[in-house]
Amino acid sequence: MDEDAVSESLLTASGADVNALSARGINKSFGSLVVAADVELNLPQGVRYALIGPNGAGKTTLINLLTGMLRPDAGRIFLGPDDITALPPQERVRRGLVRTYQINSLFPHLTALESVTLAVCERRRVAATFWRSLTAYVEEIDEAHGILSALALADVCHRPTRELAYGQQRLLEIALALATRPKVLLLDEPAAGVPREESKDLFEAIAGLSNNITVLFIEHDMELVFRFASRVIVLVGGRVMVDGTPAEIADDERVRAVYLGKGHGALRV
Amino acid sequence: MSSDTIAAPASAAAPTAPLAFLRAQGRWHWAEIAFWLATLLPFVLTPDYLVLASQVAISALFALSLDLILGFSGIVSLGHAAYFGVGAYTAGLLSVWGWGEPLTGLVVAGAVTGVVGYVTSFVIARFRHLALIMITLGFGLLLQEAANSAGWLTGGFNGLQGVHTWPIFGKFEFDLYGYTAYAYALAVLFLIFLVARRIIHSPFGLALRGIRENGTRMPAIGAPTHSHIRTIYTIAAIIAGVAGAILTQSTETVSLEALGFQRSADVLVMLIVGGTGKLYGGLIGAAVYMVARDQFSGLNPQYWYFWIGLLLIAVVMFLPNGILGGLAGIADFVKTKWTKTP
Amino acid sequence: MPPVFGVLFDGVAYGMLLFLMSVGLSVTLGMMNFVNLAHCSFAMLGGYVTVTLMNALHWPFFATLPAAFIAGAAASVVLERIFFRRFYNASELNQCVLTIGIVFVSVAAAAYIYGTDQQPMQLPSYLQGSITFLGLDFAIYRLFLIVAAALITILLVVTLEWTRFGAQVRAAVNNQRMARGLGIDVDTLFAITFALGGGLAGLGGGLAIAMLGLDPSFALTYLIYVLIVVSVGGLGSIAGSFVAAMLLGVADMAGKYYVPAFGSVLIYLVMLVVIMWRPSGLFGRR
Repeated sequence: MDEDAVSESLLTASGADVNALSARGINKSFGSLVVAADVELNLPQGVRYALIGPNGAGKTTLINLLTGMLRPDAGRIFLGPDDITALPPQERVRRGLVRTYQINSLFPHLTALESVTLAVCERRRVAATFWRSLTAYVEEIDEAHGILSALALADVCHRPTRELAYGQQRLLEIALALATRPKVLLLDEPAAGVPREESKDLFEAIAGLSNNITVLFIEHDMELVFRFASRVIVLVGGRVMVDGTPAEIADDERVRAVYLGKGHGALRV
Repeated sequence: MSSDTIAAPASAAAPTAPLAFLRAQGRWHWAEIAFWLATLLPFVLTPDYLVLASQVAISALFALSLDLILGFSGIVSLGHAAYFGVGAYTAGLLSVWGWGEPLTGLVVAGAVTGVVGYVTSFVIARFRHLALIMITLGFGLLLQEAANSAGWLTGGFNGLQGVHTWPIFGKFEFDLYGYTAYAYALAVLFLIFLVARRIIHSPFGLALRGIRENGTRMPAIGAPTHSHIRTIYTIAAIIAGVAGAILTQSTETVSLEALGFQRSADVLVMLIVGGTGKLYGGLIGAAVYMVARDQFSGLNPQYWYFWIGLLLIAVVMFLPNGILGGLAGIADFVKTKWTKTP
Repeated sequence: MPPVFGVLFDGVAYGMLLFLMSVGLSVTLGMMNFVNLAHCSFAMLGGYVTVTLMNALHWPFFATLPAAFIAGAAASVVLERIFFRRFYNASELNQCVLTIGIVFVSVAAAAYIYGTDQQPMQLPSYLQGSITFLGLDFAIYRLFLIVAAALITILLVVTLEWTRFGAQVRAAVNNQRMARGLGIDVDTLFAITFALGGGLAGLGGGLAIAMLGLDPSFALTYLIYVLIVVSVGGLGSIAGSFVAAMLLGVADMAGKYYVPAFGSVLIYLVMLVVIMWRPSGLFGRR
């Protein structure tokens, strides 16, 4: 559809490589607590980036800053060529910057199908029509069902969200994000809390994400990181420490020091 | 959606193709049809109580409007009577100033209340939790004081004098026995109910429930939450205003209690008791509350509030989804017992 | 001396009463997020305890005040253990409905036992009358109210800032999960805080009779003012409750004195303006 054509043109436009998502000089503090210091980010189109770092490093905060949930004290954020720093969250979503949540943020009493259909309807801007029955929107319902089928949720699509298994709920998180047709997808610990038996579907879902979507995911699970990421950013104390390929990161002394317990201020309780 | 109307929850044998499933949920359940047929019974069975029946229908319409914002969208309002009162006074003033035709009066009252609702919705949409509750309470109390002070307009404590409603279609007079009043109120209630039912089963209805279920996730899927809230709040205000107008027209009187805190609290009780977010909850709750109040009207007012207090505590502790929730629970229980394979 | 000082004086006295009746609600709301609309029923209970002890049992006024405090505290704890703790995770609406139900029951019970008339109360002679200062009359009782409430406020602040208990309360208000993680027994802490808050409300109710009167509608009438104080001041903030109570007390007195036609409108307007400007209240967490 149109959206694919746009991202194609981004890549080929006069050789200048406009990143799918980039950020410059992002700074944020809460009083004396610095959660982001001079963060710079460049995500080329279609790349899978992993964002790792110890607890409290500011990874989720960075996602909140990128999506507009938090305002940075300084810095600019670009989606493609557009400066989105001043845009509210729903506007960024409309332009294709979407995130999932580390702790499920779903609609407990809505069924899986209803949840995803809602997201599709909002995207297609038909959610405000109150005079036509939902069943008239066949395309939207079919699209939602399609997304759920691709994530192996078709069998349970009529069950209320709160009745789904945790792994299925994590998949529903991703389904909701996919329903918005993201160009850039920020996954906040997609495998968090998912028992080993249920994570297979999840891994396959992530592997199956289209190459038209640029993905940044926060993960502690190194298996996922090495399997899916082509580049890794290490965030420590709100600062980007290293940005490289998984192999480079694995070899990096500083990264090992951080993870193997030399520790640093933020971790000391 | 199965919990939102009295429609039956899907059993294991229901169609699972998504469109067919959703269609089945939207269909009229036999209990709904039975309910609406039952609303005709008072004409035949209890003709002495038609005035009470019309009061029930008016309260039911008011409770329905509150359900749209509270039950379906999660907006807790302690000042919803403001819109009921604005509608009531608009209809009354229109009549006092010389135009007593009821149907056009309804339209005007709805329109005026709609404007007020739309303007206030800009504030309402921006707040949640305690701040929202206090703002709705504050608006209601403020309007009450203003109406009290503006005695030259509202008639103050004594209410508006000189309201006279012309016969409907030039033929049906509002009589003392309440035939016209109940027919009028019931017809408007049914028509508006059809509209509300359509709203709930539309994509917009789904969006409202999304706001109720997880207001913070909505912007993350690109939803213009404030705009949605403004729309439903305006619609609910219009309906409340229409209910107030019917009260004025059928009783030919309007006083300050139409927009008082008491009325806001009573409608909230009716909705809680009947069950929120189920469309019929407000209707059932209104019927139960008004009939009970009529039966116990000989009782000292403070004893009435004693029992209401106990009822509220009991409902919250044992029947958190109200009467309809309890009935749905029983229906589910019975169904699982019957469809359990041995 | 211009009458504005008289209005200020009365406003501060009224504000002190509002503060005593509100501070407990503000802290428990901030700590547990539990909307307890029955808070003023504790105040009303304290008032009726004072009146009963004085009129039926001829206790001296000052002796009834600790009793009012204990009554409020005991009622709080009982209600918390039996009802409230089941609803800490419930929706705000359900909490409102539960506690409104309790208010209705308490109001009806008060009407049944005491009737609906204002309760008569005779202050001890040394608290009656007024002193004249620079041309204005200052009621002795209101002077006493201001001094007594100020002392209690100081005691509260000292407890909060300098005792271990106070530190735990502040931690729990700030971040309940973290406080639990640090090993603070939040449940017991909450029961104690609840008791203190209810006790202060009861005490406030006892002190309020001579200035505001007492009848069964007290629990509802002053609930609205208390809610305004709490939401304007900010949840979980003692300073906020104090400032908001002073603001509202003075604004209400000033409104009634200078523009009586508008009655309570002034405080509703103040509340609406503050909440729209700062939804979490003046001193609330964002």
